Amino acid sequence: MSDMKQLYQEVILDHNRKPRNWGAIADANRHADGHNPLCGDHIKLTMNVAGEKIEAIAFEGHGCAICKASSSMMTGAVKGKTVQEAEMLVEEFRGMTTGKLDPESQENHLGKLKVFAGVKDLPSRVKCAILPWHTLHAALHSENSTSTEGEADPVPDSGMVA
Amino acid sequence: MRIDHSNIGQIRSDFPILDLKVSGKPLVYLDNAASSQMPQQVIDRIVRYQKEEHSNIHRAVHYLSELATREYEEARVKVQRFINAKESREVIFTRGTTEAINLVAHGYGRAFIGKGDEIILSAMEHHANIVPWQMLAEEKGAKIRVIPMNDAGELLIDEFKALFNERTKFLALSHVSNALGTINPVKQMVDYARSRGVPVLLDGAQAAPHLALDVQALDCDFYAFSGHKMCGPTGIGVLYGKAEFLEKMHPFMGGGDMILSVTFEKTTYNTIPTKFEAGTPPIMAAIAFGAALDYLGGIGLTNIAAYEHHLLEYATQRISAISGVRIIGTAAHKAAVVSFEIEGVHPHDVGTILNADGVAIRTGHHCAQPVMDRFHVPATARASFAFYNTEEEVDKLVASIRKVQEMFA
Repeated sequence: MSDMKQLYQEVILDHNRKPRNWGAIADANRHADGHNPLCGDHIKLTMNVAGEKIEAIAFEGHGCAICKASSSMMTGAVKGKTVQEAEMLVEEFRGMTTGKLDPESQENHLGKLKVFAGVKDLPSRVKCAILPWHTLHAALHSENSTSTEGEADPVPDSGMVA
Repeated sequence: MRIDHSNIGQIRSDFPILDLKVSGKPLVYLDNAASSQMPQQVIDRIVRYQKEEHSNIHRAVHYLSELATREYEEARVKVQRFINAKESREVIFTRGTTEAINLVAHGYGRAFIGKGDEIILSAMEHHANIVPWQMLAEEKGAKIRVIPMNDAGELLIDEFKALFNERTKFLALSHVSNALGTINPVKQMVDYARSRGVPVLLDGAQAAPHLALDVQALDCDFYAFSGHKMCGPTGIGVLYGKAEFLEKMHPFMGGGDMILSVTFEKTTYNTIPTKFEAGTPPIMAAIAFGAALDYLGGIGLTNIAAYEHHLLEYATQRISAISGVRIIGTAAHKAAVVSFEIEGVHPHDVGTILNADGVAIRTGHHCAQPVMDRFHVPATARASFAFYNTEEEVDKLVASIRKVQEMFA
């Protein structure tokens, strides 16, 4: 990617400056930590899931702009959704950022999250964008920590159909 | 050969990779502390070796084996001269600095460091000069003591001296910090350690490419460095050790070449340096490294150091003039490394955006997490210079930093 403005679009810079759903939910019934030891990206995700529905979600931590904006936009995208819908977005986001899903030609529900499509051309940064999504997946499965270090997509072939 | 405006173009033309375009822009390679680039003279040496000289060494009596053996041993002599070792048998070829340090931790440490003994390291070590000693300490029940540093990234010499006691058995110390650029006062520190009867290993990975070396004058017991940071290929490095130490040390790895005789009852080890070079070594890489030392020697390390110091001063002045940028590592004596952070921007975003301008820097913790912790940053951006870099490239770095600031404003 030669033009950085394709990746660092205003919407990403804005979510980096003013992350939405920032903080921690005190009485959360789902939580997970996501960590990229090499970058130092670290996010803590807390959620309240009632029945099948994600009623509340929040995150805090520190990381690069890609990681923070991805976290912020993820919380906005899955709040109010069912667990199943959220898992579908995890799969689609992972597919898009690892180049297995073309968001323009293949059916998906990514909407505004398509601003992260450009990250697929930067293999060293894919893990930054994907970390919150793996953390969400871990929280929904009650694994308490996850890491995307070492490979861009630590859960390959997990059901994503290209 | 003094390096200046009149001949920098000629030097750069020796390095084919510097003509590369990245993201459509001319490559500005400022990641020399991670690995340096290779001049055509070294590339040609590799090609000649593979086309006309390759064979295994120290084995057969045929023409190629004798030729390859001679060239490999000649490379050892080139290293000896480059660092002014007393004898060429004090030069052990390894895969790199990391292997050289591990060799000492195993070969010396396991034999001579025991329960309750203490190993002194500094707060600015690369993980390669921390982890092998921690592994040894864990195995033996020994203890790691750490020399602290000040906010400029300079070791505190009084505190260093206060760490010594009767249990102190080893000092392992960087000559130059990879993350901060600090040139440590190693001569003074080696003298003190030796006056207390403590052997010293210097990690010279960041010093050997940039400073004129004399291991006899330094009087350190071990000195480790890597070929690929000195215009040579990867996979070759050096452990210099005083013969008296190397002779009493245990072998690191067992295998062919490191033996005099083998029966199932008893193996007699070979003499140094071969005792530490089990198996077929990286013959091509060693010979190419020799050619790289010829190349560096042709320019002269004193000239290289002077030119790089000029670049460091220029880069420091230009970068510190940018508001919102902080340089991490401001020691009085530095090699040409500038670690920095841009207020409000994570180093990985800096690295990605600079890359789009063709500017290659390193971002991350530089395998020196204790240094990052000391300065309370998760990571830094690091520009590291070589003698083939220019002031114009510093200007491009600065312009790209400003672009990052505009984008994140």
